[in-house]
Amino acid sequence: MRKPPEPVQVIKQRRDEALSKLVGRVPYIQYLGVTFDRRGDELTAVLPYADKLIGNPLLPAIHGGVTSAFLEITSVISLSWVTLWDDLESGELEGDSTAFRMPKTIDFTVDYLRSGLPRDAYARARITRSGRRYASVHVEGWQDNREKLFAQATGHFLMPKPRSDKP
Amino acid sequence: MSYKVNIARQFMEAIPHSRDLGMVLTEIENGVATIMMPYDERLIGDPETGVVHGGAVSALMDSCCGAAVMSHPSNPGATATIDLRIDYMRSATPGQALSTTATCYHITRNVAFVRATAVDEDTDNPVAMATGTFTIEGQGR
Repeated sequence: MRKPPEPVQVIKQRRDEALSKLVGRVPYIQYLGVTFDRRGDELTAVLPYADKLIGNPLLPAIHGGVTSAFLEITSVISLSWVTLWDDLESGELEGDSTAFRMPKTIDFTVDYLRSGLPRDAYARARITRSGRRYASVHVEGWQDNREKLFAQATGHFLMPKPRSDKP
Repeated sequence: MSYKVNIARQFMEAIPHSRDLGMVLTEIENGVATIMMPYDERLIGDPETGVVHGGAVSALMDSCCGAAVMSHPSNPGATATIDLRIDYMRSATPGQALSTTATCYHITRNVAFVRATAVDEDTDNPVAMATGTFTIEGQGR
């Protein structure tokens, strides 16, 4: 007999709890104030504007380092999220904190296309290759218009060792 | 402390994000700049080890490269990052300050080319290295 589908609220709660655990563990993400919107498995990172993020007070513009950090956070969380997803959905994640280990950045290259305006910014990452040890990610950042990117980046990451080589 | 370093320090203090991270410009002369950033628990990227997040290293690298461009003898009026690549060679040791030295090694009328190295107390083994290009806007002559 087929298993009855899970109630939608149970699914949403499980996914949102895992996401907030993943993001909430990292002090630097909290410091910048980055949050994540989730639609199914798709994540959009949000960087709410704050005065402390300014790098050029005359323009004013967001600090290039903040832009870079925001895109890197988006990449790392998106990668972790994809890695986590299958175990999360099959219920194998329960109480296993090693599942929340993050990939390590090998290199990260940012193109600054426009100056970051003093308002909220958004970013989405696309995982272009995900292997057992290495992953490549492309990430796009925008502010008012999705089509007008203010920055984009490519990075390579070292994936954490698999939680346990399942028997 | 030279007059130029003093001006540069005040410049750093005027950048809200750099000030918030406690960055201190310790050297600036002829296209070479050094900036120090103290260890801070707010910057932790890996809660299990206390290692600083790569993004915080980017912020330090970007500031330092920009400062190096501004101090080039050709006296650029202003600059903005075109692109910046960072290679993360090892984790920074938790509890130790990071120091970055950037060199603007070539400059044209429109573009500045910069290299930077970030170290912690183990200065022989860099934590990260960066290469970047920057715009040159208006000559301050």
